[in-house]
Amino acid sequence: MNNKLYGNLIFELSHSGRRGYSLPKNRFGHHEIPVEMRRENDAELPECDEMTVVRHYTNHSENNFGVNNGFYPLGSCTMKYNPTINEEIAAMPDFQELHPLQPSDTCQGALEVYYDLQQSLAELTGMSEFTLNPCAGAHGELTGLMIIRSYHQSRHDDKRIKVIVPDSAHGTNPASAAVCGLEVVEVKSTPEGIVDVEDLKGLLDDSVAAMMMTNPNTLGLFEKEIPEIARLVHACGALMYYDGANLNPMLGECRPGDMGFDVMHVNLHKTFSTPHGGGGPGSGPVGVRKGLEEFLPSPRVIHENGKYEIDRKAKGISVGAFLGNFAVILRAYAYILSLGKENIKMVGPLATLNANYIKECLKDVYELPIQGLCKHEFVFNGLKDKSTGVTTMDVAKRLLDYGYHAPTIYFPLLFHEAMMIEPTENESKDTIDGFIDVLRKIANEALETPDVVKTAPHNTPITRVDDVLAAKHPIVTYKQMINDND
Amino acid sequence: MQYKYFPQTEEDIALMLDKIGVKSLDDLYAEVPECIRFRQDYHLPEAKSEIEIRQLFNQLGSKNKRLTVFAGAGVYDHYTPSIVPNLVERSEFLTSYTPYQAEISQGTLHYIFEYQSMMSELTGMEISNASMYDGTTSTAEAVLMANAVAKKANTVLVSATVDPKILSVIRTYAHFHGVNIELIAENDGITSREDMDAKLAGGGIAGVVVQQPNYYGIVEDYSGYADACHQQKALLIMNSVAADLALLKTPGEWGADIAVGDGQSLGIPMSFGGPYVGYMCCTEKLMRKMPGRIVGKTLDQNGQRAFVLTLQAREQHIRRQKATSNICSNESLMALFVTIYMSVMGKEGVKEAAQTSYDGAHYLCEELLKTKHFSLTFDKPFFNEFCVRYDGDADKLYQTLLDNGILGGIKISDHDIMFAVTEKRTKEEIDKLVELTRL
Repeated sequence: MNNKLYGNLIFELSHSGRRGYSLPKNRFGHHEIPVEMRRENDAELPECDEMTVVRHYTNHSENNFGVNNGFYPLGSCTMKYNPTINEEIAAMPDFQELHPLQPSDTCQGALEVYYDLQQSLAELTGMSEFTLNPCAGAHGELTGLMIIRSYHQSRHDDKRIKVIVPDSAHGTNPASAAVCGLEVVEVKSTPEGIVDVEDLKGLLDDSVAAMMMTNPNTLGLFEKEIPEIARLVHACGALMYYDGANLNPMLGECRPGDMGFDVMHVNLHKTFSTPHGGGGPGSGPVGVRKGLEEFLPSPRVIHENGKYEIDRKAKGISVGAFLGNFAVILRAYAYILSLGKENIKMVGPLATLNANYIKECLKDVYELPIQGLCKHEFVFNGLKDKSTGVTTMDVAKRLLDYGYHAPTIYFPLLFHEAMMIEPTENESKDTIDGFIDVLRKIANEALETPDVVKTAPHNTPITRVDDVLAAKHPIVTYKQMINDND
Repeated sequence: MQYKYFPQTEEDIALMLDKIGVKSLDDLYAEVPECIRFRQDYHLPEAKSEIEIRQLFNQLGSKNKRLTVFAGAGVYDHYTPSIVPNLVERSEFLTSYTPYQAEISQGTLHYIFEYQSMMSELTGMEISNASMYDGTTSTAEAVLMANAVAKKANTVLVSATVDPKILSVIRTYAHFHGVNIELIAENDGITSREDMDAKLAGGGIAGVVVQQPNYYGIVEDYSGYADACHQQKALLIMNSVAADLALLKTPGEWGADIAVGDGQSLGIPMSFGGPYVGYMCCTEKLMRKMPGRIVGKTLDQNGQRAFVLTLQAREQHIRRQKATSNICSNESLMALFVTIYMSVMGKEGVKEAAQTSYDGAHYLCEELLKTKHFSLTFDKPFFNEFCVRYDGDADKLYQTLLDNGILGGIKISDHDIMFAVTEKRTKEEIDKLVELTRL
């Protein structure tokens, strides 16, 4: 990593007159664009030769840390290995060069992939049917809630405007509910970290549209009261929504459909190994139980008389122009086919094994607020010995010095010094043992040389950044930067 | 048998279970009620080797037909420079997460800052967010944003010349969020200014959505639209095809408050509909109302320039139900894609690609008109996409072109076809298309 030598912006490498591209000669004759249609000044984009651009982005990539660089125990994000064969499949010209509006008899292969992934997800989750249209997990949540509202509206049950969300939920849950025009009601957690069924009972009435849950929850705990919760929610006429963010440990062990959920989303970029790409593109397929299929968004892929077709029925909800992030869908399908039924059922138990092992090896030096088995992830509440004032933030930053990505920190909000660790099934015992050793070493440093931890990181391309300055005096474009006199 | 993505040997598993204090992997799920445990086999195929995976996807791929594309309707077959996918696939970009840990994410944060800078330049707007899912959802988010800014006004007007696919997504978001959508009438392929003015005068309008070029490829004259909107305290939202803005008058120049659209035209492969990248740019005044991630400049402890996710107080992980949007990710890797595209094509390349597309489309249009079988559906200025009326059987023509490996536009009525041309189309391809229409 070398930020000092290669920390420029591409604009700072630009020289007037340089070219990085070649296009064929224009053989159509020049057609003048009327002046009233034209922009007055050119967009000030860089002017660089090709190699300058290649070096710039190559060097910037080296200031990044990905799963391929090292252990990435980012809780709730399921940073799995992203197999390269899936990249190869996604780049095949036979898929990449398809226009989304070409007739269905010229894209039967693509539609077959789409359809078969829908079916595979239904089987893996115990739902009836899936749509793959949503582009991300939060997009899936929103789509799922729209389906739930459509269902209630179809029964003219318009008073159902509340969504119950646990206090430990991902921030997207309440935010998706709000975008969907629903009111958010929080249900408390018990001291054991799971939904408080007694508190829930008091919240259920005929104004509730749905209950949103992850299971296991964001503390990595299985919501063992789920059959009773589903029964209570259904009894009041509401539907159960499953946030698939934590589906990974359930593979091979327990299906959301069998738990009593009616609508759910899956994050293909978590559970099904498609790359996170620095924050997208993801894919958030949504599944429904039997009886809710008609509320799925349009367009849909259907299979009739041995042929795949795109059903673009005008009615119903629509969450994107086409069929979602198809190249992501291809990768996930290749992953499922590679693992096959015999390996996919090992994903859950091995991810759970790794997480419990880390927890047990570190709970004498980090504070474990809730004892017992976790699933794919767990939460420490910072160091056990907090006497030197070393925070979770400091520990996270010190981990970077040792070549590890940090866990998710300060989430969930239930604990002040939360540190959420998720190893995934792909990590070996050797990698995990190395990580455990380093976390123990940092715990030791926190007592003996706390300043080293508090001022970490020391070996990264930059040191800690000033978040307050960035927000107080926002500079978000190059033009603002060069016009900034401060 | 050991599987290639699972490193744990039987010995490892035994040691780890022992440390945890349970006897078997099954015991790790002891708290899961037996009535909901999954004890069967999945109805899925058995594992496939890499050789078999390649064979299978080659077979699936061969069931698709690669066509010479003269269709657009929001997705354009533009040229992708070789270096773009090559650099985007670098695993330090590909396999990283959202850049929460700025110290080891400067690569991602740098390119998002560059992306924001370039999109602001291209649209002529002051600022940009870090990108959104696609052009339809970025437009729907802009509608909700206008509604949030307006506080009381609860109606957003959408021109009937906006792509129906975008309109459907706007309608969906608006319906559930409680925003009223009204259409502005279309008059011979363009937005009816009279109808817009009449609806604005009625009051209660939070925003107006127009498209440039519009769904039919027509470059509309939006002079005075921004003033008309602002007089009624409504925001002007303009959706554009990103690549066309290299030459076209920008949303900023038209006076738009929010510029949105799809960035697919900046070299992103068509990939059967995605992933693409939605852009959203706006005025500085609206920055804190904007959905999505934003990257800003700052300093590290050594005073070195650095970049960081900023203005996060707008976002769901902090604000929960009070956030400006539920969006959690951006479309980061696709933002990188268009950033490298704009870097290597540069200031001149984006103009040349746009001009060649414009020239090619006008050449095709002229040649079609010469056959006397076609007339212009609308006699209006267009960019690289246009509608023509065919005097024969349009379905038959479409099939003839298809049989010859050509995707001959998009049918928008029984007789009207919408053709698009990019810099990738050769004179030979265009001449062949025209020749086939004479048969």
